[in-house]
Amino acid sequence: MAATSKGPVAQALSSRWAKPAVFVLGLVPLGWMVWLGLSGGLGAEPVAEAVRQSGLWALRLLLVALAVTPLRILTGQAGLARFRRMIGLFAFFYALLHVSVYVGVDQFFDWAAVWKDIVKRPYITVGMGAFVILTALAATSTNGMVRRLGGRRWKALHKAVFVAGAAGCVHYVMLVKGWQYPPFVYAAIFLGLIALRYAKSPATGRLSPSYRT
Amino acid sequence: MLIKVRSASQASENEVTPRGLFLSRRSIMAGGAAALALGGTGALSGPALAAPFQAPLTVSPKDPKMDAQTPMKSATSYNNFYEFGTDKTDPSENAGTLRTRPWEIAVDGDVGKPTTFGIEDLLSFPLEERVYRLRCVEGWSMVIPWVGFPLAELLKRVDPTGNAKYVAFQTLADRSQMPGLKYPVLQWPYVEGLRMDEAMHPLTILAVGMYGETLPNQNGAPVRLVVPWKYGFKSIKSIVRITLTQDQPPTSWNRSQPREYGFYSNVNPEVDHPRWSQATERRVGEFSRRKTLPFNGYGEEVASLYAGMDLRKNY
Repeated sequence: MAATSKGPVAQALSSRWAKPAVFVLGLVPLGWMVWLGLSGGLGAEPVAEAVRQSGLWALRLLLVALAVTPLRILTGQAGLARFRRMIGLFAFFYALLHVSVYVGVDQFFDWAAVWKDIVKRPYITVGMGAFVILTALAATSTNGMVRRLGGRRWKALHKAVFVAGAAGCVHYVMLVKGWQYPPFVYAAIFLGLIALRYAKSPATGRLSPSYRT
Repeated sequence: MLIKVRSASQASENEVTPRGLFLSRRSIMAGGAAALALGGTGALSGPALAAPFQAPLTVSPKDPKMDAQTPMKSATSYNNFYEFGTDKTDPSENAGTLRTRPWEIAVDGDVGKPTTFGIEDLLSFPLEERVYRLRCVEGWSMVIPWVGFPLAELLKRVDPTGNAKYVAFQTLADRSQMPGLKYPVLQWPYVEGLRMDEAMHPLTILAVGMYGETLPNQNGAPVRLVVPWKYGFKSIKSIVRITLTQDQPPTSWNRSQPREYGFYSNVNPEVDHPRWSQATERRVGEFSRRKTLPFNGYGEEVASLYAGMDLRKNY
């Protein structure tokens, strides 16, 4: 009613149903994996496939979260910003699932074997690094934590999401056998999203450090 | 045909279910039916091996309960055959384009009688069933009843010369049949190699079938190598050429990442792959991991081949 000056997209983005809708969307990969698991769709090695799928979704959603700000600037849809935290938390959720299935199912809580993997296998070291960062960011994602840390410190801390994104991409590149292209597609998208942050703002024609977040 | 090697990893016939017998009877019947349907050509084109194979389970796992055969559906839908794509399900989805008839293997190099074997020649070797564990370098394993014959039988026919120290194998590389060749995952064609004594070992077979049926395309039809004490990638698929050589031949994974894959690639829980542990494996279809055995449990038969060698260096 008050949105007479807003376009339909902006209206949809600010609707009170928008966040619940994004929440449900974020659960779709989980639902799909559960369905595959129950129907035998995870194939002959369901544990390995569950690890793979949860890891892929963690990386995909991390890239989606990193795309929010450039997309907001490019489209001028300020309303996009309020979904960023939820998407980032979903990325963390799938990373948690990824690590949980690896530790709890694949290795069956053999902590000694897991620890050996972390210190001996560079791709697991790097992946665990990404997971530790995402855990810290998820833990400080609440409004209360933003207040407690103060805006500037909070922002500085949350720039670590780029380190987590880079580590996630490297983790994927390192774990495949032979020369396979899919991990490089993810890495290229990640680099593209960084590059966009250094591009000129279409609105002002100036470099805009304000959206390098 | 009963082979000479008998050891702990062989079950005596009264210890195992007479599955081989039952399968061979079934394949004789199916073969007869196929022969009738095909007007007596006896071509091996149906799902069942038309040529009956010898019944005895000559080499079977020690404990049939611990080493239950992997469901055929798993063994035919979870494959590494990068010529058809790198996802585990790609080969079963894409290998339909592979043409397995006609098929020839050229055997040449340091041999007295270079010979080209047609698929019919290969199927005329006395076939037998071998139930082997298959351990993939990625940390999963299966138990598969292969149908085939010792590679030694084929090599004897070409009369290896005294210079023949190694055997090199090559997979078909045809872009029109193998969509995965578009991608430079590895240098194509896929090549593998064995030392002569490994190749002549009675456990080393050329397989033309599995589960009593003709080898499915995704499993390396129409003829593949099976070396059960080595990681799966040594068991090269869809072979078109076998060359006996004096020098150690190049092998695909070694060429791709020499630090990770050696020439020998014997299953060894003590020597980790740089990127993952080889101490344990998960049998496909099972939940928890199990300990990996040296030489994949075939040490009694093959460990002597490597006497005096440092297996940490010769990984």
